[in-house]
Amino acid sequence: MSLTYEDVIAKYEPVLGLEVHVELNTHSKMFCGCATVFGAEPNTQTCPVCLGMPGALPVVNEKAIESSILIGLALHCSVTPFSRFSRKNYFYPDMPKNFQISQYDEPICVNGYVDVEIETDEGPKQFRVEIERVHMEEDTGKSLHVGGATGRIHGADYSLLDFNRAGIPLVEIVTKIVPGTGKYAPEVAKAYVAELRDILRSLGVSDVRMEQGSLRCDANVSLRLIGAETLGTRSETKNVNSLRSVERAVRGEMIRHAELLNKGARVVQETRHFQEDTGLTRSGRSKEQAEDYRYFPEPDLVPVEPDAEWIEKLRASLPEQPTLRRKRLQEEWSVPDKEMAAMINADALDIVEATVKLGADPTRARGWWLGEISRLANEKDVAIADLAISPADVAEIVSLVSKGELTDQLARQVVEGAISGEGKPAQVMESRGLKVVSDESSLMAAIENAIAAQPETAEKVRNGHIPAAGALIGAVMKETKGQADAARVRELLLAHLGQ
Amino acid sequence: MSTLSRADVANLARLARIEMTDQELEDLSTEMDVILTAVARVQEVATSDVKPTSHPLPLRNVVRADVVTPSLTPEAALSGAPANEEQRFRVPQILGEEA
Amino acid sequence: MIRLSAHEMASALEAGETTSEKLTQEHLDRISSVDADVHAFLYVDTEGALAQARGVDAARKNGEKVGPLAGVPLALKDVMVQKGVPTTAGSKILEGWRPPYDATVVKKLKDAGIVILGKTNMDEFAMGSSTENSAYGPTHNPWDLSRIPGGSGGGSSASLAAFEAPLAIGTDTGGSIRQPAAVTGTVGVKPTYGGVSRYGLIAFSSSLDQAGPCARTVLDAALLHEVIAGHDTHDATSIDAPVPQVVKAARDGNVKGMKIGVVKELNGDGYQAGVRSRFEESLELLAKAGAEIVEVSCPNFEYALAAYYLIAPSECSSNLARFDAMRYGIRVGDENGASAESVMNLTREVGFGREVKRRIILGTYALSSGYYDAYYGSAQKVRTLIMNDFTKAFETADVLVSPTCPTTAFKIGEKANDPLAMYLNDIATIPVNMAGIGGMSVPCGLAPEDGLPVGFQIMAPAMQDQRMYSVGAALEASLLTEWGAPLLSRIPALGGAK
Ligand SMILES: [Zn+2]
Repeated sequence: MSLTYEDVIAKYEPVLGLEVHVELNTHSKMFCGCATVFGAEPNTQTCPVCLGMPGALPVVNEKAIESSILIGLALHCSVTPFSRFSRKNYFYPDMPKNFQISQYDEPICVNGYVDVEIETDEGPKQFRVEIERVHMEEDTGKSLHVGGATGRIHGADYSLLDFNRAGIPLVEIVTKIVPGTGKYAPEVAKAYVAELRDILRSLGVSDVRMEQGSLRCDANVSLRLIGAETLGTRSETKNVNSLRSVERAVRGEMIRHAELLNKGARVVQETRHFQEDTGLTRSGRSKEQAEDYRYFPEPDLVPVEPDAEWIEKLRASLPEQPTLRRKRLQEEWSVPDKEMAAMINADALDIVEATVKLGADPTRARGWWLGEISRLANEKDVAIADLAISPADVAEIVSLVSKGELTDQLARQVVEGAISGEGKPAQVMESRGLKVVSDESSLMAAIENAIAAQPETAEKVRNGHIPAAGALIGAVMKETKGQADAARVRELLLAHLGQ
Repeated sequence: MSTLSRADVANLARLARIEMTDQELEDLSTEMDVILTAVARVQEVATSDVKPTSHPLPLRNVVRADVVTPSLTPEAALSGAPANEEQRFRVPQILGEEA
Repeated sequence: MIRLSAHEMASALEAGETTSEKLTQEHLDRISSVDADVHAFLYVDTEGALAQARGVDAARKNGEKVGPLAGVPLALKDVMVQKGVPTTAGSKILEGWRPPYDATVVKKLKDAGIVILGKTNMDEFAMGSSTENSAYGPTHNPWDLSRIPGGSGGGSSASLAAFEAPLAIGTDTGGSIRQPAAVTGTVGVKPTYGGVSRYGLIAFSSSLDQAGPCARTVLDAALLHEVIAGHDTHDATSIDAPVPQVVKAARDGNVKGMKIGVVKELNGDGYQAGVRSRFEESLELLAKAGAEIVEVSCPNFEYALAAYYLIAPSECSSNLARFDAMRYGIRVGDENGASAESVMNLTREVGFGREVKRRIILGTYALSSGYYDAYYGSAQKVRTLIMNDFTKAFETADVLVSPTCPTTAFKIGEKANDPLAMYLNDIATIPVNMAGIGGMSVPCGLAPEDGLPVGFQIMAPAMQDQRMYSVGAALEASLLTEWGAPLLSRIPALGGAK
């Protein structure tokens, strides 16, 4: 019955289009001075302007314009010499004015691109995703649906509105259509959003937390028969809230479209909603009649005409591009390709770099973050960045190990303790009593005990059978609860047995 | 000039979110005809070489610094609300999802 | 006392001849006795006004420095939000709403110690030229209670003519300050767009709306103008430049050597004979006062009305979308599990009056896809042409003049069912709004045929508002010499009798 992905790509070519909404991390809202703190008590960050009260007027946040220009520049766009806000008119209860101040035919930046690299069957391959426009707009409030199935809009008895989010600055980044990805469309979509996220993060203009909605992706997908010229009808999938979902949503829509087309049915141009649990999309309310947004220039705001000086000042402040940075770090740290990919995939680049900056050896820093710490993060199902261990902690642990004050085994316990909230490494070592036993008399006592307990093994070693020493060393380590430096124990033991 | 049928007016009323009686739709479609004929005169001189004016002033780049200013208290924000609950505006069930 | 000018009242307060509390009480008494007939007020804030008056008296007593109009009462058009005071913009949809904030103009009035008596009646959302479109019933012209006081700010102009207040605030989108001033024999000024903050002015048409002073004398208007004008960071279209020196101009009233341009297109056919004769006489007086009268032509003004009735409805269709029963105002039909959408539809049906709905529908159409270029887009081009006409005319004249309205006040109900006839009232006032420049209406006598006031309109280039005051004051002084007493001294007595 249902098609496999291979069936789909054997017959159809997917065409992508991606619209990403980014919440800027300005202190105040787009058009008023209300704060933008995430998770504040409902309606504590609202005023006449963002509540759309009669008489209130918007005034543009300068930082929002600068962030938008920075984004445009980082995406290789041109900044338009004349740009304007427009009103997009439609009614919705969480939109206070019943129009959204947005940009229509005169956006702030146009015509850029993002290069992304993905793994293909033939090795790494680069795709260029062209950017059509970058424009500014304002976010809506949030609705809480009460009654019926919890939290769902359908069947709810009524809704409760919180306008803290209303008026938070948004930047919308719209790609041109992306043809030619073939079967890699889902991967390209994911890689694009990931790359965009890295760029935005490097610019420092947004928190880019998909799970908090500060980066939201709408994926447009259409199919056409391989070799066909005309584009197929597209669907627009909203509510795609993680990188993994971007990939799943595109793949899922491709299959859904193909099934329809194979049946001779029509793909309806509509908005669909991605469902995290099933990985499928469902149709939004199909509109009996088309919306007509009646855009017109926002009369309450004046045009934006960034002059060359302003643009160049912003251009000069652009940080290193993430791709270039990755190349540089890979070289500086001499990381093999595969491990570099693993580090990027684990989203560990920033944290490893921070650790290295604090003096840690790159290989060791990487080893800890991608090894033990990642393992513990997986167990807890959180991101490494959200664990209670900082780059400074890891740098300290690396340093203690290299100074011989901790063994690798002890260090693992320190890491575990720090993550469990027992405090900084020094505190964990203190409270757990983790310290290398460097007092040689107590080590010698433990060695004597081991020899006394295993006289035959000791004899073998005396007779030159060195590998047998392992059992004795093990016993010493056991007695010292792992707090001895195994190499030193070995030295002392062999010397004691005349080797 | 174009005339507006009753159905056209009904569609406009839908876009503008105004419930209208049949009588109102009827009256309005008649009135719109008269008004539209009068206002369509603008097309006589609105040639392609004339630039449109959206703002009477030549102001540019009017912005405010990104500084937080005091918000209303939630009580003041909600003071005019027809209904509120849990410090939020209570509104009837919302049928459609956002466009 | 209530028949004095605001300036004279301020002098009396300064001299200690009276107190603001007494003066305020006298006006409140006057309102009690005549407003049942005039219906200028939608809300009288007795307690608030007296408290404010006492505050000013105390400040004065303590030797604190107070503004030139401190302690003088004022009537506020109900389109301006005032914290805690019912504000409806003449619409049922906002019935009972008490704003949680002050408009910038209101804040400036309060800071200047001006006592706000209450909120005045107006056409719903300022859409109209007669105040008949108020959801709360019409205002009556104190000159003849069967006639309209103009609109949309009929309540403000009537309150002045009825001596209920010496000062008032109006807003002017297509003539809503000047036309009411003309038909009530008072002074009304629409400052340059951006000269007075729009923050807290309930928007009708954002690119045209402008608040301004209403008074019984040119000097009073100038004094009030200086209180409310100036840059406001809450309004992105506010002009960041010094306020024109209007008080000085009003005091000097000097037109010697000034070139006054008579706009050919704003006269003649369609203008009432008495309006034309009073206008011509005023020109002669100005010439005698030393001005040079020239004729200018603004050929595109004939398209202004059509363009206005596209731009204003378009913007209003969007501005009024916020009245949706969700966050403030009335809510209708919230029962039996009705949806938000149906509650919005029903509330807007019940909450908006006929003219408002007419304009929302017209504006929705003019902006809709496929019609935008033909209607809204074309209207914006006409706007450019009108601005060009003004620019050219101001090359030959320092100010332009015309009658403010084609006719004197008409009867209540006379044009209520003919929107186009009603719209024609604004034919001479609209070009000023389209270009964002300043306009003033000064009383210039009574039309012989009906004994009703006629207004003389003065238009000045953007941010040259002082020129209107020079001409207005000169004309006012010349007419006063002719008449021997202000025009309003001839108004029939009001009060008591129904
Ligand atoms: Zn706000």
